Amino acid sequence: MDARVFVYVAHEDGKADDSALELVTAARSMFPGSSPVALVAGSGIDAVCQETAASYGEVWKFDQAALAYPNAELLRPLLVKVLPTGAMLLLPHNTFGLDLGPGLSVKRGVTYVPDVVGVDGLEGTTLKIVRQEFAGQVSAHVHCAVAKGAVITVRSGAFRPAEGGPAAGQIVDRSADATGLSARRTFVELIQAEAGDIDITREDVLVSVGRGIGEKENIALVEDLAEAMGATVSCSRPIVDAKWLDRPRQVGTSGKTVKPKVYLALGISGSFQHLGGIKGNPFLLAINKNPKAPIFQAATVGVVADLMELLPVLTEKIRKSR
Amino acid sequence: MEILVCVKRVPDAAENEISVGAEGADIRRDDLVYSVNEWDNYAVEEAVQIVEREGGNVTIVSMGDGDAEEVVRREMAMGATQGLLLTDAAFDGSDGLGIATILAAAARKRQYDLILTGALADDGAGQVGGMLAALLDWPYASVVNKIETKDGKSLRIGREIEGGTQEISDIETPCVLSIQTGINEPRYVGIRGIRKVASIEIPVLDAGALGIDAATVGATAANVRRIDYFVPQLGASAEMIEGSTEEVAGKLVDLLKAKGGIR
Repeated sequence: MDARVFVYVAHEDGKADDSALELVTAARSMFPGSSPVALVAGSGIDAVCQETAASYGEVWKFDQAALAYPNAELLRPLLVKVLPTGAMLLLPHNTFGLDLGPGLSVKRGVTYVPDVVGVDGLEGTTLKIVRQEFAGQVSAHVHCAVAKGAVITVRSGAFRPAEGGPAAGQIVDRSADATGLSARRTFVELIQAEAGDIDITREDVLVSVGRGIGEKENIALVEDLAEAMGATVSCSRPIVDAKWLDRPRQVGTSGKTVKPKVYLALGISGSFQHLGGIKGNPFLLAINKNPKAPIFQAATVGVVADLMELLPVLTEKIRKSR
Repeated sequence: MEILVCVKRVPDAAENEISVGAEGADIRRDDLVYSVNEWDNYAVEEAVQIVEREGGNVTIVSMGDGDAEEVVRREMAMGATQGLLLTDAAFDGSDGLGIATILAAAARKRQYDLILTGALADDGAGQVGGMLAALLDWPYASVVNKIETKDGKSLRIGREIEGGTQEISDIETPCVLSIQTGINEPRYVGIRGIRKVASIEIPVLDAGALGIDAATVGATAANVRRIDYFVPQLGASAEMIEGSTEEVAGKLVDLLKAKGGIR
């Protein structure tokens, strides 16, 4: 099919998001031969448009003071207006894509294809993709009818970033289309996460605990191990949701991004949101009682074991080895 | 405030090993423990807290059969006064838009000020809340981790965006919000709580009662169809260490020392 393909380029502080280059690769693998057009919206965005034009043949610029903050409720009517009939739009599957995408697909009357991690090809007007379900424990082949167009969100890291060549793309100023927008949701402010006493982003060795620890009382076993190792305790989201540890210790896309040399994942299933917060390719030791836990796909070394049994023995052995 | 909370009965992915059944047609469901979708439980708690503060009613709605009724009743026991079950063979195989279409029809039956959903469920799509808002032409916000009632016409909300940053906005009512985990501490529901709501009748609505054209929902209308489940073949995966607890612990000490994990 001969559909026009668009990519929404998220940006912050005058720089395009990592997703901008990954979405080029995703767009080309979903729609072979397509030349995706980048959409850049914001206020004072010339630098982002220039940067984007290095990897996209065409960039549509929407520069308006009202778009200074990326409010999905404001951007949705703009995109409904400017996207041609039948167009495919790719977005990052992050908190912005979640906010904008589903409603946009309804308002455009097109198919919504969420959280794509792989592509099997395009056959006629059927887009064949791969998704994950049940917190990444199983994958699914999914067929999507995209004859009328689609809004597609793509998981971060699922596609390799395109090589940013000197594409010298053309920047088309469409700012005039972005006037008179209004929304029933208005942005007020951003509140940064509190720093707290500890800074896990600076630690070389992290002992991270997840839901598999079972009870709040068992956190002490993890603290004992970390102490014996001379390491710092961090955790996954459910531990913070349960208020067993404080938010500054949370690793993941909604918590801190860490760059340790050694990372222990104890009772952590390994959702992509958690793994997204671990950078720098550390030695990753995973201990989990579920042999199918996705964490074992990311780990360097894995042990299928009951934490209650293994942790006290491990802690004791480390203490004795000193 | 009249609040509708949409809930889904799902296999508990934290408690179960999910595996793929014969030829990938479905996951193996025989031994699975089902419960309410975790995000939805936070949504119900939030609705109940708002009503306890401001007055009004919470209605729990779910699409599904008798098994879903159990989940609706459990969630009602947290402090909702009404439940709704949306059941019709024509709903089977609905994609996200189909489910949102069915829920929108249920939402139009009464005047609600606020509709809450969970931010995500077992399929990880996070789509139904946003679609529902668009179908109703109401404003929407996703991954909400704070709700403050303001002046009767709008709410001050927080969204949990990347890096733990909270994005504060004002949103007009009626609106749809999808709720992130951690927004509150969902209350414990005991046998007594469930007994208290055991006698409340939960109306069951089918496509006809909802005024839905059956051709717009279900498998035939679905533009997104799951063909099968599979377990991905992995290139590089972890080196697995096996043995008795003593042996494993011994090997781990050696490894951690070698990698600089013991300081």
